[in-house]
Amino acid sequence: MSQPPHGSRGEVGLFVTCLVDLMRPSIGFAALKLIEAAGYTPVVPDTQTCCGQPGHNAGDARSARALAQKLIAEFEGFPCVVAPSGSCAGMIRTHYPHLFDDDDAWRIRAEALAAKTFELTQFLADVAGVTEVPGDFVGAVTYHDSCAGLRELGVKRQPRALLDRMPGVEQRPLNECEECCGFGGLFSVKYPDISGAIAQRKCDNIRASGAGTVALGDLGCMMNIEGRLRRIGDEGTQVIHIAELLAGRLDPD
Amino acid sequence: MEIRSMHFVSRVRQRLDDTELQRNLQRTRGRNAAARLASLSSLDDFDAVRARATDIRASVLRDLDVWLERFEAEATRRGATVLWARDGDEACRLVIDIARRHDVKTVVKAKSMVSEEAGLNAALEAAGIRPVETDLGEYILQINDNEPPSHIIMPVIHKSKEQVSELFARVHGTAAKTDIVELTREAREKLRPEFLGAEMGISGGNFLIAETGSVAIVTNEGNGRMCTTMPRVHVALTGIEKVIPTLDDLATLLRILPRSATGQAISNYVSLLTGPKHEGDADGPEHMYFVLVDGGRADLIGGDFEPMLRCIRCGACMNHCPVYQTIGGHSYGWVYPGPMGSVLTPLYQGLEKAKDLPQAATLCNQCGVVCPVSIPLPDLMRKLREKQVDAGLRPWSERLSMRLWAWVAQRPALYARGVRLAVRYLRWLADGRDRIQAMGVAPGWTAERDFPAPAAQSFRDRYAARRRAGR
Ligand code: SF4
Repeated sequence: MSQPPHGSRGEVGLFVTCLVDLMRPSIGFAALKLIEAAGYTPVVPDTQTCCGQPGHNAGDARSARALAQKLIAEFEGFPCVVAPSGSCAGMIRTHYPHLFDDDDAWRIRAEALAAKTFELTQFLADVAGVTEVPGDFVGAVTYHDSCAGLRELGVKRQPRALLDRMPGVEQRPLNECEECCGFGGLFSVKYPDISGAIAQRKCDNIRASGAGTVALGDLGCMMNIEGRLRRIGDEGTQVIHIAELLAGRLDPD
Repeated sequence: MEIRSMHFVSRVRQRLDDTELQRNLQRTRGRNAAARLASLSSLDDFDAVRARATDIRASVLRDLDVWLERFEAEATRRGATVLWARDGDEACRLVIDIARRHDVKTVVKAKSMVSEEAGLNAALEAAGIRPVETDLGEYILQINDNEPPSHIIMPVIHKSKEQVSELFARVHGTAAKTDIVELTREAREKLRPEFLGAEMGISGGNFLIAETGSVAIVTNEGNGRMCTTMPRVHVALTGIEKVIPTLDDLATLLRILPRSATGQAISNYVSLLTGPKHEGDADGPEHMYFVLVDGGRADLIGGDFEPMLRCIRCGACMNHCPVYQTIGGHSYGWVYPGPMGSVLTPLYQGLEKAKDLPQAATLCNQCGVVCPVSIPLPDLMRKLREKQVDAGLRPWSERLSMRLWAWVAQRPALYARGVRLAVRYLRWLADGRDRIQAMGVAPGWTAERDFPAPAAQSFRDRYAARRRAGR
């Protein structure tokens, strides 16, 4: 089945996420390309910043709520909202409504946004029903299931199904693919010993998979895994965001 | 038990450096998780049983006082004595009183985590009463200078059989054995005379059944039965939250507890004990007591943490926890390790004594997914983090940086400038390389891994430039 023409399927609000904005813009551009290729018009509200997850996980409920309200106001007008991150999409989908347990008006708005917010691969596979993927990667790939995407959103089959659409990709199983990589946001900085030991196990499993490339859907986990691989002297294993892998080559600026 | 959770960070370091412990952790890692998964296939509809189990536990907590009264009435009617303890100390006093009343010199004990909470063994010894642990794991720990358990159902999971063999040879003065069957036989030979001679047996209680006034005990060793039927006196020591309404409810919970714990469809023994020996009974104690401990539980009723009281002590949360499996149970510093301990310890022992526990979690939610009574453990840890912030227990620098982050993130223009500055700063640190190897602002990160250098321009700046260029 060929993809519908550009933009004909309506607008999609893209929440780039603060980490992608700061660290690895190519993931954001890859997401734009994929949403466009699926026939939608991606829109990036330029006032967007952070979903409030750091405060939420650090026990600062007030700042989590403030940032949630800001994001809700920015994105609630779109028919659909997409983030290239399981944990940020999970924050909006599963945690936002509870931030407003005592505030009916905001809870209703939060629930409405939650219902139409998707992690990128979830959007592409389940909502857009994408059957063609622009990426042209050739090689063996293994996939790490990041915790929030997997357990808050049920993202499991989607990235693998999309990778199946790439003829050059040979998928390899990853032992303990559903185990946490040890990132955990500020946990990685507060408890480096524990975080490093868990990351080490993840890296061992990735290396043992025999795939030279590991793909995943969250930049935080990516930085953790890649950072650990490089620290232990592994310069070869490629760590790539699923959006970059699916999108393939991006337009140069 | 004396709490050591305030030394969490140093205890973790020791355990990460303990190669023997690490080897033991590796050996058992994933074993219970795999057994659990395999056993779920024998349930027609796991989710439905889990929902039912959750509902049983949740609804009993809504009327806990009513069910406890019912339990007390029924147990009393059947000849048992029900005593209430506000805390562990009072529980110890009550048990010692019972022992003195019945002229008890030696107590055989089946596994009871509440007795660990109360520090019962030390209290008994101080009162001149000799406690003998009869659960194999607990026995091993007791003869190893009263070492605390590292897991709620497999207390010696941190030890290898070689370590146990060495311990037995040293303490028993026997030749070292390597075969587990032989080691078990040796322990059994040591314990048999204790069962025969003890005047009192103490057990825990997995469930208290209100409609019959019974206690249900779920074990894999025969010791639970011996402790509760052979001595003249039986004391069941457990927490007040363990009550459930009916035997039907017990049937539901028994379908999910052993599966969640060890992957067994049912444990080797399930004992249902109701009152002391009656006329015509073949065995049983002459006197039966219940010591039901509050120990901080009642305070949780009606609050944010009430769901924690649903816990049926299966251990699945720790069996699936990446942190627990990396640092072992002793790191947590009190009776309960792993995710459930990270919630219970600060609640029962005080937030300020266990500041690290709710923080030292990745919130990966493996625990929440496997918990047979659907306790949202990560959410409860987040709630505890909130309480820590409210109580001023987090470092001011952390609180300030969270506030500052949120304040800036609410102001897009300022935020955009901040991002630009951060990109410049990080790239300056990277100094032309693709990574940063030491970073003053987050030394914890670079202690264990590299930090990537950001791209030269943030997404927002590149995107804006593209738009300006009409693309
Ligand atoms: S919290 Fe849940 S998983 Fe953990 S021991 Fe209790 S019942 Fe089992």
